Amino acid sequence: MNTIYLDNNATTQVAEEVLAVMMPYFREFYGNPSSMHTFGGQVGQKIRTAREQVAALLGAMPEEIIFTSCGTESDNAAIRSALMTRPDKKHIITSRVEHPAIRALCAHLATQGYRVTELPVDKNGLLDLENLGKSMTPDTAVVSLMWGNNETGVIFPVEAAARLAHEKGILFHTDAVQSTGKIPINLKNNVIDMLSISGHKLHAPKGIGVLYIRRGTKFSPFMIGGHQEKQRRGGTENTPSVIGLGKACELAAKNMEKENTYVARLRDKLERELLKRITQSRVNGDPANRLPNTTNISFEYVEGEAILLLMNELGICASSGSACTSGSLQPSHVLRAMGVPFTMAHGSIRFSLSINNTEAEIDFVIDKMPAIIERLRGMSPYWNSSQPACKTQ
Amino acid sequence: MWEYTDKVKEYFLNPRNVGEIENPDGVAEVGSLACGDALKLTFKLDENKKIKDAKFKTFGCASAIASSSALTEIIKGMTIEEALKVTNQDIAKYLGGLPDEKMHCSVMGKQALEKAIENYRGAPPLETGAKIICECFGVTDKEIERAVRENNLSTVEDVTNYTKAGGGCGNCHDAIQQIIDQVRTEPKTDAKPKLTNIQKIRLIEETIEREIRPSLKHDGGDIEIIDIIGNRVIVATRGACSTCKASDITLKNFVEQRLKELVSPDIVVEEVSK
Repeated sequence: MNTIYLDNNATTQVAEEVLAVMMPYFREFYGNPSSMHTFGGQVGQKIRTAREQVAALLGAMPEEIIFTSCGTESDNAAIRSALMTRPDKKHIITSRVEHPAIRALCAHLATQGYRVTELPVDKNGLLDLENLGKSMTPDTAVVSLMWGNNETGVIFPVEAAARLAHEKGILFHTDAVQSTGKIPINLKNNVIDMLSISGHKLHAPKGIGVLYIRRGTKFSPFMIGGHQEKQRRGGTENTPSVIGLGKACELAAKNMEKENTYVARLRDKLERELLKRITQSRVNGDPANRLPNTTNISFEYVEGEAILLLMNELGICASSGSACTSGSLQPSHVLRAMGVPFTMAHGSIRFSLSINNTEAEIDFVIDKMPAIIERLRGMSPYWNSSQPACKTQ
Repeated sequence: MWEYTDKVKEYFLNPRNVGEIENPDGVAEVGSLACGDALKLTFKLDENKKIKDAKFKTFGCASAIASSSALTEIIKGMTIEEALKVTNQDIAKYLGGLPDEKMHCSVMGKQALEKAIENYRGAPPLETGAKIICECFGVTDKEIERAVRENNLSTVEDVTNYTKAGGGCGNCHDAIQQIIDQVRTEPKTDAKPKLTNIQKIRLIEETIEREIRPSLKHDGGDIEIIDIIGNRVIVATRGACSTCKASDITLKNFVEQRLKELVSPDIVVEEVSK
């Protein structure tokens, strides 16, 4: 059975070119880039190249790039640094729809004497910048808002938000894990202070991330140890992955147009055809402000986990915001923040594409999904031959 | 990814008895769209008052669908009295087990079965006077009590896994903990298996050695078993206990109480005449 992978916001396949540049750095060039000898030093040179490649994708300077172990570490390092360098300020502003890397961290900090404001979103998942303006106080140390939402793909106006924060002298961080490589990012044209990336969301391996720190921004390291990364992140560099991420960033820049034409077209086709063929379904998240690869669709009167497992039988991979898939009993915090009714949230499926997907795959999914939904609705007490059996309470 | 057994997968992918029986003898609906799972159970009896057919319609995850289907298979051929004895554990067992977080699916099956039987009997619901504890999922104190008792649950998290109560806003966690505490201090009357005399004597000796004597010795006292006649445990007090005026209170409130809890509720402790 072929795997049809439409879960690229969870993780992506390492690109062949990425793997190829990594391979020599496991056995052949295994030296420590900090070593004095040429054997190690030559690896250091490759890390410099990778740093330049990452910086180029972001419109940043190489010295503004710190390699970390993952997006979560980057988020932790950014927020904690902001708080450490502004010890008199005890207020953090974020949103209700952030990734757990920020949400759980802020919830933890709330138990450590910090005050956290979570900005609401509207029914389309959009942020009202007026709320941000009203929430900032002289006590606010940092504003952290995600660039693209992992569940719905909705894009926040982070560049405008960063300007607002700066007017008040507040640091601005963005979790750009989902948006990097999918939409153009140019840090020369905005005032964002800190930005997080994760390698495995853009066809680099798992276990590598980046924290961008704008030059001149005070920084207090999270991981304390050796002098690596200009003493901003201790720990021997994950050399193969750093080199792989550099290549992945170079590829992402090249594929940016394809992402926004080819991938966007496949996503639009999938979305359009599913909505047409399956009654009582709808898209979650503002279609006009979305990452090009993501669609989040709710199928009413059926439950997400059951849908995923039937898709799984056909080799189709996606994810769901239903309660049953989360391990908790409540559906996705993102959909709840948007006020999506529970009845819709339970049947939500996220399809996230990549440039590796083919038209044939999308056609296969379009062909198979209606029968899956119909089969589950046939078992549902709320469904009577092709229509709801009752009004949703 | 949930670790489902092959049987859960089989009953999800090829569920038995999907649908609704026309003119059923018993019918029940439990759960809701908002909760994320719901089950409509219908059954029909034959001329011998045995369940001839049972069907389900379920909205929910794979384990909810599999649990519903398993329930219909289990109760077919049973009398109403037999069906009433089916527990959520029986449903889970039939499927080769369910992940902890999914036990509430088997509980939903049990609830539907009870309600359908009530519906057949035309009797008022058994659990009148029940109070909603978890507002988010509409779970009552009686439901929580029963889940704690039947599944020997000890934490709020367990209760959430089995009944969903407490899985929403979390405001009811204290109330759930109170119910757990209350149920767990109830004397477990029928839970103990029947013991032979030899087993009982051995268990009494062990219990005194392990659970009772260390406490008494801590206070400089001790007891000695003189005889065990049926449920009467005859002891002699030693050390500080033999001169202590409160020793019969210790014997009744501590020694006897522990033996009642750990051996049998019928145990009586008597002191040999000094």
